[in-house]
Amino acid sequence: MDLDLRNPGTPLDLEWVRDVRVNTSAVERRAATLPKRRTVKKNWQAAWYLRAVTCMDLTTLQGDDTPGRVARLCAKARRPIRQDLLDALGVAHLDLRVASVCVYHQLIAPAREALAGSGIPVCAVSAGFPAGQSPYNLRLAEIRESVAAGAEEIDIVISRAHVLTGDWQALYDEVRAFREACGPAHLKAILATGELGTLRNVARASRVALMAGADFIKTSTGKEKANATLPVSLVMVRAIRDYRERTGFRAGFKPAGGISTAKQSADWLALMKEELGLDWMRRDLFRLGASSLLGDIERQLEHHVTGRYSASFRHPLA
Amino acid sequence: MGSTVAEIFETMDYGPAPESADPALAWLAACGREILPFIDGAFRRPAVDEFFDTLSPADGKPLARVAQGGAAEVDAAVAAARSAQPGWWALGGHGRARHLYALARHVQKNARLLAVLETMDNGKPIRETRDLDVPLVARHFYHHAGWAQLMERELPGYVPVGVAGQIIPWNFPLLMLAWKIAPALAMGNTVVLKPAEFTPLTAAAFAGICRDAGLPPGVVNVVQGDGRTGELLVRHPGVDKIAFTGSTEVGRLIREATAGTGKRLSLELGGKSPFLVFDDADLDGAVEGVVDAIWFNQGEVCCAGSRLLVHEGVAETLYAKLRARMETLRVGDPRDKAIDIGAIIAPVQLERIERLVRQGVEEGATLWQPSWSCPREGWFYPPTLFTDVAPAATIAQVEIFGPVLVAMTFRTPEEALELANNTRFGLAASVWTENVNLALEIAAKVKAGTVWINCTNQFDAASGFGGYRESGFGREGGKEGLWEYVRPGWEAVGKEERDGKDGQVAKDTEEAEEPGGLPAIDRTAKLYIGGKQSRPDGELVRQVFSPSGRLLGEVGEGNRKDVRNAVEAARKAQPGWAKATAHNRAQVLYYVAENLAARSEDFSRRIAALTGAGADGAGREVDLAIRRLFTYAAWADKYAGRVQAVPQKNFTFAVHEPLGTLGLVCPDEQPLLAFVSLVAPAVALGNAVVAVPSERWPLAATDLYQVFDTSDVPGGVVNIVTGARDALAGVLAAHDDLDGLWYFAGREGSAAVERLSTGNLKRTWVSNGHARDWADPQQGEGEDFLREALQVKNIWTPFGE
Repeated sequence: MDLDLRNPGTPLDLEWVRDVRVNTSAVERRAATLPKRRTVKKNWQAAWYLRAVTCMDLTTLQGDDTPGRVARLCAKARRPIRQDLLDALGVAHLDLRVASVCVYHQLIAPAREALAGSGIPVCAVSAGFPAGQSPYNLRLAEIRESVAAGAEEIDIVISRAHVLTGDWQALYDEVRAFREACGPAHLKAILATGELGTLRNVARASRVALMAGADFIKTSTGKEKANATLPVSLVMVRAIRDYRERTGFRAGFKPAGGISTAKQSADWLALMKEELGLDWMRRDLFRLGASSLLGDIERQLEHHVTGRYSASFRHPLA
Repeated sequence: MGSTVAEIFETMDYGPAPESADPALAWLAACGREILPFIDGAFRRPAVDEFFDTLSPADGKPLARVAQGGAAEVDAAVAAARSAQPGWWALGGHGRARHLYALARHVQKNARLLAVLETMDNGKPIRETRDLDVPLVARHFYHHAGWAQLMERELPGYVPVGVAGQIIPWNFPLLMLAWKIAPALAMGNTVVLKPAEFTPLTAAAFAGICRDAGLPPGVVNVVQGDGRTGELLVRHPGVDKIAFTGSTEVGRLIREATAGTGKRLSLELGGKSPFLVFDDADLDGAVEGVVDAIWFNQGEVCCAGSRLLVHEGVAETLYAKLRARMETLRVGDPRDKAIDIGAIIAPVQLERIERLVRQGVEEGATLWQPSWSCPREGWFYPPTLFTDVAPAATIAQVEIFGPVLVAMTFRTPEEALELANNTRFGLAASVWTENVNLALEIAAKVKAGTVWINCTNQFDAASGFGGYRESGFGREGGKEGLWEYVRPGWEAVGKEERDGKDGQVAKDTEEAEEPGGLPAIDRTAKLYIGGKQSRPDGELVRQVFSPSGRLLGEVGEGNRKDVRNAVEAARKAQPGWAKATAHNRAQVLYYVAENLAARSEDFSRRIAALTGAGADGAGREVDLAIRRLFTYAAWADKYAGRVQAVPQKNFTFAVHEPLGTLGLVCPDEQPLLAFVSLVAPAVALGNAVVAVPSERWPLAATDLYQVFDTSDVPGGVVNIVTGARDALAGVLAAHDDLDGLWYFAGREGSAAVERLSTGNLKRTWVSNGHARDWADPQQGEGEDFLREALQVKNIWTPFGE
């Protein structure tokens, strides 16, 4: 990602926040019909799945993660698809790899070590992930420490309370401060949309996070009751589009949580293509937060190559 | 454009995603690519060897040859339907429900075949046939299986109309078939259906389904052909009802052709439906709404939101969003699953679209089309946006029936409504705002049979669909749609038996004695217009005699100008009267009854003198008139509509709205009671009326002026024009600002009323010369009168936050 293209943010425009108009039933209809209006088959499907792989933040966020477990994930990140399948698809020269490996702070160092020389950045969840309820100064310190430990991308969680109480200034200040704490690392603001109550809140929080300088806005931690959905994503990508039209700044989108099938990844890519255009189908502006998605994509690609349905054990574990 | 995985990985194009044509090709092969009429349960070779090709709009190639149904086929089909009808009705509601349920199941089992076949024949995207048309078809049959089951309980006393001739258009061939056939069958009718000549395939496939599902022979008959076949069906004496969906031009021809035949008629015609976007709308949502409104089904949708009305302050923003969205629409092979807009039905339609677009440019509107181009093969047209369109522009007024949107701006909600209603049509409207008050205000005031709030082109079998104004009359779907296919059981069963009598005159003719003594003060009853007595324009009077020939008085001889003035007065008074609460209207009717009761002796004497009914008979007539007023005062606040159980997350309100201005032509007999029986239901629901009282004995009605004047009836709500009945009826029928006309007199007059009503396609209700016994509550009062005085508006109100 070119530093110059980073979203620098803008002053908080409260009028723009309050001006949000989101008609839930209209959003739901668009989200419901979009995957039925767009589909890709054959070579197109294979190519789209490969693109999804390159946009993937391959993630493990478990209490029992260890350096060994993370090393295995990193190995998968370097070689996400079996070489014979890449050869058969004629894409061996593309040097496919995932967008990043996403871990907790403690595992940044082992991940960096395992990814050395691959060009794959390490992404750390931070700022009191997943609930964001730890002391403010500790959340800032956590970000700084993660950046110091070598994380190039920081996925922070916002304080849902600021959204639910309508304290947009506080939300803006918080994300702004997190962004500053990130320094050169890129900031993805997780809105935890499953806890924001309404799509209008999602739209407002999206606008505030974008004005505060988030490089990406992200749907979920994967720990809320409701994960990434197409309606929520539609509202967020429209916020990105409106922000771009107002300011000329580009910010990325990351759906995360619950995206586990290849078909879903194509649906989200179609959403990006339809609502934001080709630029938002690349990993500098689009990420898929996922842990089990890669396995399904591999199986589908093998089916594309061989015509036979695959099994998960045929593909190397992450 | 490369198609290797590596190349696509860079371009991220969509690529082709065709639905297989195989099921349709197999079906076409099985019928030898020959489509034959389906009569009495079997496909039959036509008597005359005339065939035409049905073409695939996607590539212009023929799909099958189709038999042109002629007189022999139409005769045979009508005869089969006629002979099957008594048995089908005798099967009972439950028996018919089983058959309709079976049809629904068979449609679902054949869903893929029907979707692919429809897409190939019509050119519409497979996504739409697969996700909308076919599921809605199945839903329609399931829903009406339910109405068959419930008919005896829910429509007690009603019987089938008989044989229905049904003519459907090419834009939704299978869906329109379902909308026509399901309610007809549920109510015990049998049908002869003529599909459009451009799209005969799915009707033939459906005929096969009827056979396979074990539907009794003759219940459903299908005869293919062009307009000639349609005309044979329309003019066939063995058909009791015509249901037509199509152009307003053809609708007019059918209205004329069926005038005076006693055939029931429902018309679902054209539209130029407004799509209103207010400055507080979710504009991104509205953009998708526009996509669903005008770029659905290539814009070949009668209810397409084809007139975009935008709040001036957000117009440029919305247009910019629309243009960006139009760039991402995909036009192409309709069998492709990732296509938004398929092929236009035929070159003739494509030429019409091109011609109107050229005209739009010539008339000064600004044209915008996306940068990409349509496929060369086949008949395609790109999504098109016209801005800077004036209401006076041709493209703002006529139905284009293509993917062409015309946009104009408004400043206030009031102006938005004025523009929205500035059309001869009234099929549908779509309103976009986040303000519930504004949304409901517009929904209440826009003239349209369907209003979609923050959504568009939503359909369901449980919700009636149909138009206001020149978009036609009658509803399809919902309980309101059932009435098109039933008639009251008290009407004599056979058509022939009902013929003949022209006005029933009271039998007991004993004349009352005039009280002796001084001569009465000369009183000439004037016309009653706008709440004032007015002298007839022609300055002529007409004499009124008793049965024995004694001169009883004089009334004004109304003419065209009097009718004009009366309609104007009614038009002026109607909005206020409709806005008065139902409670107020009831109070006024009770008050009329009260004041009539206070003068009941005067009225009895008058009636006795006029009709020779005798004191008892005349007294009874006055008493019944008072009771009738009570009946409709009672109904006034109890007939507001219902909420429809549609599957969408939605409140769909079926609102009963007054028709507007109504002409009421009264029979000679029972001159007070018949007059009250017609006026009371009409005004109870908020209509303003122009009544032509009994031609022979108008004095019973003209005496009511004073009652109206003392009962708070606002001026112009009831207008009375006396004179030559049929001449006045003719003027009323031809008046384009009258919304409906009831005619309860002779056969010829009925025919003339129907024939002359084509100007604005007003709703008519005529007696065809059959008398009613106004004293009989079954015949003289009830919901039939209320239904004829209202139109149903379905308001779709989605919810969710």
